[in-house]
Amino acid sequence: MSTPLLTAPQVGVHLDLVVADSSYQAAGIRELVLRHPGRAILPSFAPGSHIVIECEGHTNAYSLTGSGDFPEEYRISVLYCPDGRGGSAAVHRLMHGEQVRVSAPRSAFPPVANARRHLLIAGGIGITPMVSHLRAAAEWGRDAELLYSYRPGQGAHLADVQALCGSSPGLSLSEFTNRRSFRAGLAEALRRQPLGTHLYVCGPQAFMDTVIAEARAACWPESRLHLEAFGSAELDAGRPFSVRLGRSGRSVAVPSGVSLLDALDRVGVTMPRLCRQGVCGECVVPVKAGRPEHRDLFLSDAEKSANSAIMCCVSRSLDPELELDL
Amino acid sequence: MKRFPFPFPHDAYRYSANIEPALTRAETAAGAWGDTVLEVDGDYRVELAERRAILQSDPSRMALLDHMRPAAWDALVLLLETLAQQYPRDMAFERSGRSCRWVNRLLDEERDFVLGDDSSLPGGPLAYASSQVQEDIVLLDQREDALWLDAGVVTFAADWSMGFDVGMRFLEVHGPVPRIHEEQIISRAQHFIMRLQPGRNYRRTNWTMTVGRRLDTSTETYPEWGPDRVSIVDDPELPERLHLRVEVQHLIRLPRSGAVMFLVRTYLASLAEVATIPAWRDRLGKVLAELPQDMADYKGISRYREAASDWLLGV
Repeated sequence: MSTPLLTAPQVGVHLDLVVADSSYQAAGIRELVLRHPGRAILPSFAPGSHIVIECEGHTNAYSLTGSGDFPEEYRISVLYCPDGRGGSAAVHRLMHGEQVRVSAPRSAFPPVANARRHLLIAGGIGITPMVSHLRAAAEWGRDAELLYSYRPGQGAHLADVQALCGSSPGLSLSEFTNRRSFRAGLAEALRRQPLGTHLYVCGPQAFMDTVIAEARAACWPESRLHLEAFGSAELDAGRPFSVRLGRSGRSVAVPSGVSLLDALDRVGVTMPRLCRQGVCGECVVPVKAGRPEHRDLFLSDAEKSANSAIMCCVSRSLDPELELDL
Repeated sequence: MKRFPFPFPHDAYRYSANIEPALTRAETAAGAWGDTVLEVDGDYRVELAERRAILQSDPSRMALLDHMRPAAWDALVLLLETLAQQYPRDMAFERSGRSCRWVNRLLDEERDFVLGDDSSLPGGPLAYASSQVQEDIVLLDQREDALWLDAGVVTFAADWSMGFDVGMRFLEVHGPVPRIHEEQIISRAQHFIMRLQPGRNYRRTNWTMTVGRRLDTSTETYPEWGPDRVSIVDDPELPERLHLRVEVQHLIRLPRSGAVMFLVRTYLASLAEVATIPAWRDRLGKVLAELPQDMADYKGISRYREAASDWLLGV
């Protein structure tokens, strides 16, 4: 159960935990504390890691906000999304003592170890991965600056980040509660960072789009920009396309609004999956012909341009048909 | 020889991304190996003393770029916890918050230290880790869609140099190896390593030959061992002096720092020892006879490989 040692292979990737505590970080944002029923130490994790939680048939990924060092508990903060797929509502219904199955922590938004500085930019619930970044920065004496934009009275983890930023001379915090002051603060912050700063942004899609556009306008290189997709809006429904399964010659239609993963499920071709958000890399499918419309965050740019693989949970097709090696 | 990781599944050897899950028991003609990642054997004290002496005379065998300090602590804790679990009679690790106690009766050591406080361990976390395991340790940072060799303690290198390679990309480190770039083996290996998850550990073997029972064949000491590669050819004691050198390499994602720990354990067996297992004698003889010239040149065995295969095959 604890961090896997080098003496036994890890069996499975799931942990069965119980809800030990919960509270509201802000209206609609419920924080859950998950522990092992026998109080075992849980696997350690890198800053920015998430777990995938299975709840009432939904699987959703949430950033871990606690300490990643020999954790006795995992903390997640979940924003209730009435218009979502229902995963957040299910998590909000969890009762104390109830058992939940979660994935082992997965790292997809880690700090850059040799960065001169980290500029962390959070919008609303996008604060969650930044909390563990700040913890690690404080611990190792790294420089980091957090820009946190939230609605008045709605700042989740505000006390946490205020305390962390006050604990170390290399950390600083700027808070914004309206769009105009955030835009001004962002523009100013983007232009005064030392060379070698890496930018991390998490929040609603429009918020991240704004930050990235502003950073590009300020001549930040792409390799210094890091996005965390969780907490972002759903991807658009996309155009319909079809896939030909190379091994059987079978053709499968993928309507607008249906993922390739789900379309394959419907015809009995089941791919492994975890996050369903193009992050974890479980559902990769080899492509034999056609150009995928890559919408994932897993494949590298080089891999995307090679058009030899597709993450079937989020990506679609630029061509009317893709041929898959399935 | 029972636990010697004889590395040849076929009569011909080529480079491949020969990666398999760690802790898989591998049967050989003489016994089996591979059911542990770390291995403390009868040479434990001797090899650690040799490492200590090498580091004392040449500190460049250890390198630690400043940003790898968290990875070094991550590696230390995982190694000590693993040793304690594997050898509970001889070793113990306790942690309370950030305070740790390490007991190693094989080395007659008891140590209290504080996680993250480099001054609490002699030489810091990486040097200390290397004083407790026979394995050489390399730490790879992952960033900019690449792996970087940014830290390590390597005293038993097979003709390479930690001090020279530190700070290089993984692909650059492997620049001199023939064939693997054209065959995209090394880029596929990097791709694989970059997606390793904590707890999902992998291993591979690599091999070469060494004259004498010499673990330290790093580039720095070439003047000491290089000339042996010529003199061995006509030496009547070739079967006793020439050794098959096998590395068991483990790839481990460190959970907190996100770095990759690459462990290299070196085993030596003389041709005479190999020949005590008839299947190995035959297999190694054939591999050496068949090996393409460019690969033999890179491994530095061109001068004597024919003499070795002739002896093994009884030609």
